[in-house]
Amino acid sequence: MAIKKFAVGCYDDVAGLFPAVEKVRNSGYKLHDVYTPFPVHGLDKALGHKDTDLHVAGFIYGITGTATALGFMGWIFTSDWPTNFGGKPHFALPAFIPITFETTVLFAAVGMVLTFCYLNQIMPGVKKHVFHKRQTDDLFVVVLELNEHVSEQEAIDFLKSTGAMETKVEMAESEWWYGRFDKEEEYEKLNATV
Amino acid sequence: MHLKYESFVREPLVDGDKTYHQVTEDIVRPIEQKPGRMWYVGFFFSVALLAFGVFSVFWEVYFGIGVWGINRTVGWGWDITNFVWWVGIGHAGTLISAILLLFRQGWRTGVNRAAEAMTIFAVMCAGQFPIFHMGRVWNAFYVLPYPNSRGALWPNFNSALMWDVFAISTYFTVSLLFWYSGLIPDFATVRDRAKTKLRKRLYGLASFGWTGTAKNWQRHEALSLVLAGLSTPLVLSVHTIVSFDFATSVIPGWHTTIFPPYFVAGAIFSGFAMVQTLLIVCRKIMGLEDYITVGHIEAMNKVIVLTGSIVGVAYLTELFMAWYSGVVYEQAAFHWRIFGPYWWSYWAMMTCNVVSPQLFWFKKLRRNIPFTFFMSIIVNIGMWFERFVIIVTSLYRDYLPGSWTYYSPTWPEIGFYLGTFGLFFTCFFLFAKYFPVIAIAEIKFVLKTSGESYKKKMEVIHEKSTEEFVHEQAHH
Repeated sequence: MAIKKFAVGCYDDVAGLFPAVEKVRNSGYKLHDVYTPFPVHGLDKALGHKDTDLHVAGFIYGITGTATALGFMGWIFTSDWPTNFGGKPHFALPAFIPITFETTVLFAAVGMVLTFCYLNQIMPGVKKHVFHKRQTDDLFVVVLELNEHVSEQEAIDFLKSTGAMETKVEMAESEWWYGRFDKEEEYEKLNATV
Repeated sequence: MHLKYESFVREPLVDGDKTYHQVTEDIVRPIEQKPGRMWYVGFFFSVALLAFGVFSVFWEVYFGIGVWGINRTVGWGWDITNFVWWVGIGHAGTLISAILLLFRQGWRTGVNRAAEAMTIFAVMCAGQFPIFHMGRVWNAFYVLPYPNSRGALWPNFNSALMWDVFAISTYFTVSLLFWYSGLIPDFATVRDRAKTKLRKRLYGLASFGWTGTAKNWQRHEALSLVLAGLSTPLVLSVHTIVSFDFATSVIPGWHTTIFPPYFVAGAIFSGFAMVQTLLIVCRKIMGLEDYITVGHIEAMNKVIVLTGSIVGVAYLTELFMAWYSGVVYEQAAFHWRIFGPYWWSYWAMMTCNVVSPQLFWFKKLRRNIPFTFFMSIIVNIGMWFERFVIIVTSLYRDYLPGSWTYYSPTWPEIGFYLGTFGLFFTCFFLFAKYFPVIAIAEIKFVLKTSGESYKKKMEVIHEKSTEEFVHEQAHH
């Protein structure tokens, strides 16, 4: 848990967001994050995010599934309990293909979704601070992290100069925590004094 | 930014003058309002059907499978017919959400959420039939491969029925994950505009604490794409494996290599018909005509006429091969199928699946909503008969004339089938009330390239000459 001070700037369209992000990155302000209601193509590049390796993880899970299915069926029918099915080979590869394929897909899908949740730190019961109620509706929200050396007013003025239609300074938890979305957190009272 | 050029020949995917906020309003409104009277009537009717289904299944489990009409000759009757029918219906959801995503078909955004939900519910219904067909259902877990106390007796992994266990369970799991990963951001949208405490709490849980950071969205896109890539061969494999249940056996009428593609085409055909049935009602009752437009309905009707024709070709190929192979048993099977006591089921199938969908070659009819609704019902009836024809009319006159029989279902079989309708619609009514029926984030993503009002704005640019356009763009 780390409660920090943030400057929040809201933009009402994608077109205004890109120049703003560029200005923020050139300004020297510490960018906390950018929140959008839907995936904005190119935003990850504009923010300098690397490509995700999620698909590589998916490939590894898939291969694990293939190996598990083939290894398991092969072990059962050649070593653990060899059974004669109409005189066919014990290691009947063509007949193993359907189950091997299904297991590959199953491992890849389940593994990827769990990895996705882990990387994004999302789970039922997890709560994160929502800077603006409309960031999942129609606003594109840029959040700067402030410290004692940065003037609040300057940060706000800066955000306004980049075209933000709405700005505010807010105390907020920067990480996730276990919480309920119908309950207000203690730190939200701090904002009354800001 | 969306700089993708959208041709003006394509009609808008979202009608009307919409902002991002308006999209949220339109789609989330049904969740926040009290449902109408129609909803309650439909919901309680579905629950009643479900209850009757549970009673029918209880009857079968209590007295044994002998209460069903199936016998030694026709060992697979309505139960497996319904199983294949429901699995087939499920296929449209995955086709829309996965295959059309890979093909970059923008129109899928309006219908994919509901179609995927339909997939999941249909697979749930399908799964009941093989399980209760086992008879001693309390031993159903024998199909699971785990170290057991039965002399380390493993299931036979070479059996098509075992493949089915893996295929259906994988299909259900992967569809559920794909569907839910798309729902997470939309649940966050519902959560953040919720007024009541309960709604905030429940949608907060359901949204997994999603906030929509740029990095999260980047991973979300990667996840959707890979899951689509995985689901595409998966959906083809599932009905292929279902068709193996028949094709790997040596029953005349079943033992053909045409079965996998024929079953997959039939599955997509019936699935799209069911999507039409559901969405035509949904868009009307929930006021979503701007999102599920006539263009969407037409696109789906095109898929129906295509797959219906493939199915028709498959029927004729089967007949040709029976004749051309020179195998008398194969020929006899098709003779009894067409002219035997079950002739009516064969001709019902032919009329509903092959002849009537050809009307969709006419654009007027493709865009006619009442006609589409009527046809969607006809197609589903036809596809049910297809499964019935394949299963029952291949079995009822086997090699030994002494064991020839005529099979009719008894009330617990019919009740079981009605019960799965109850299950399906109970789930669908709950989905329509508590879930965003249209993928909100995906609609917003295509809004500014394919929305009606935004396309109009582009007309100014569109009418410019190339030199003018290049001259203006050079300054940016």
